[in-house]
Amino acid sequence: MSSHAEAAHHHGPPIANQSSRVDARVLGMLLFIASETMLFGSFFTAYFFVRVVNPGAPSSWPPHPYHFPIFVAGVNTAILVTSSFTMHWALQSIKRGNRPAFLAGMTLTFLMGVAFLSTQIVEYLHVGFNTSSGAFASVFFGLTGLHGAHVFVGLTLLGMVLVRGFRGHFSPEHHHGVELPGIYWHFVDVMWIVVYSTVYLL
Amino acid sequence: MESPFRSEAAAFRFLLLVIGAFALIVVAGLINRWLGLAVFLLLSAAAVGLYLRQRGERPPRQQVAHLSPPDEHRVLVIANETVGGEELMEEIGELALAGHARFHVVCPALNSRLKTWTSDSDAAREAAQERLDATLRRLSDVGIESTGEVGDLDPLVAIEDAIRTFHPDEIVISTHPLGKSNWLERGVVTAARERFDLNVTHVVVDLEAAQSQTS
Repeated sequence: MSSHAEAAHHHGPPIANQSSRVDARVLGMLLFIASETMLFGSFFTAYFFVRVVNPGAPSSWPPHPYHFPIFVAGVNTAILVTSSFTMHWALQSIKRGNRPAFLAGMTLTFLMGVAFLSTQIVEYLHVGFNTSSGAFASVFFGLTGLHGAHVFVGLTLLGMVLVRGFRGHFSPEHHHGVELPGIYWHFVDVMWIVVYSTVYLL
Repeated sequence: MESPFRSEAAAFRFLLLVIGAFALIVVAGLINRWLGLAVFLLLSAAAVGLYLRQRGERPPRQQVAHLSPPDEHRVLVIANETVGGEELMEEIGELALAGHARFHVVCPALNSRLKTWTSDSDAAREAAQERLDATLRRLSDVGIESTGEVGDLDPLVAIEDAIRTFHPDEIVISTHPLGKSNWLERGVVTAARERFDLNVTHVVVDLEAAQSQTS
């Protein structure tokens, strides 16, 4: 490029050819996840207030005579963690051009997500308390419900990837549409690990 | 340390770390509540320590391929506010007189971190482009043919970007004097000498002194 050519001004957004620039779509997902972390943070603050800081905090968790279905939620946790493995497998497969493995991975991930959400709904129906049972029940349904809503959003994204995948979309060169829902799905999984550990186990 | 959600693979690794960390916290918490809290604090401190340690690590020295013809000397000039300074022009003039030199000028688009993260860099790039255009015109006026581009706000990253396309034999970094230069305060010149296997010349341009002389 000569000095004269340099003088000709470039129109539109700057050319994204610099190694340091974060891809705009990845940056968008990062900012979204940052805001989601703050949202979960506010719910965890309410949870810790009810359980620890509140002068009327229950001596046992959950308060007598209620019980959390730890085993069922544990199985659900295993399902969700496994779905992250299949998600990772699906993305690695499409990166290597292995379409059948990609579709199998995405289908398994989607089905496990549906299984998680269905189990959570069944858990709500049989848990033995509802939102009017006290502050502990409110934060329980608030936190797990907020997470369930995120699983639903994740399933919607995975569903779109699945449909596009079966229609022949994505390739080793173009798989950004799988990468971003994958990041989101792992984030949902990370949040569940935190929710399950703090609400159910500790 | 890169963001744990920078890519799917990074997010997956982060998930595995979180599973391991919370498994430890839960086991410790079930043994004793205070032990669980201690493990949580210990792991948090370890994560912060790891972050600070990785942040301070310097990348290994880069071997730069010399692809210029034997009779050509490629000079990469990194400057921003001082890009039109007399001292820098004199240095470029001397290098041009010494032999067949080719110049590539890079003006890093100075911007705040927040604006960079949100891709609000248009104004910074426009300002850098204006300075660059003026400098290239000035060099052209005195018979020195040169090319140029607007670079990343981090001068070291801007150098790395330019090295990939220009393959220089020498780097000239122009800064304000010590005490007024943000780049010197951050050790940009020293870092460039450590990181790149090239001759790095540092030119100090005192714009205030030049202005007071002219007024």
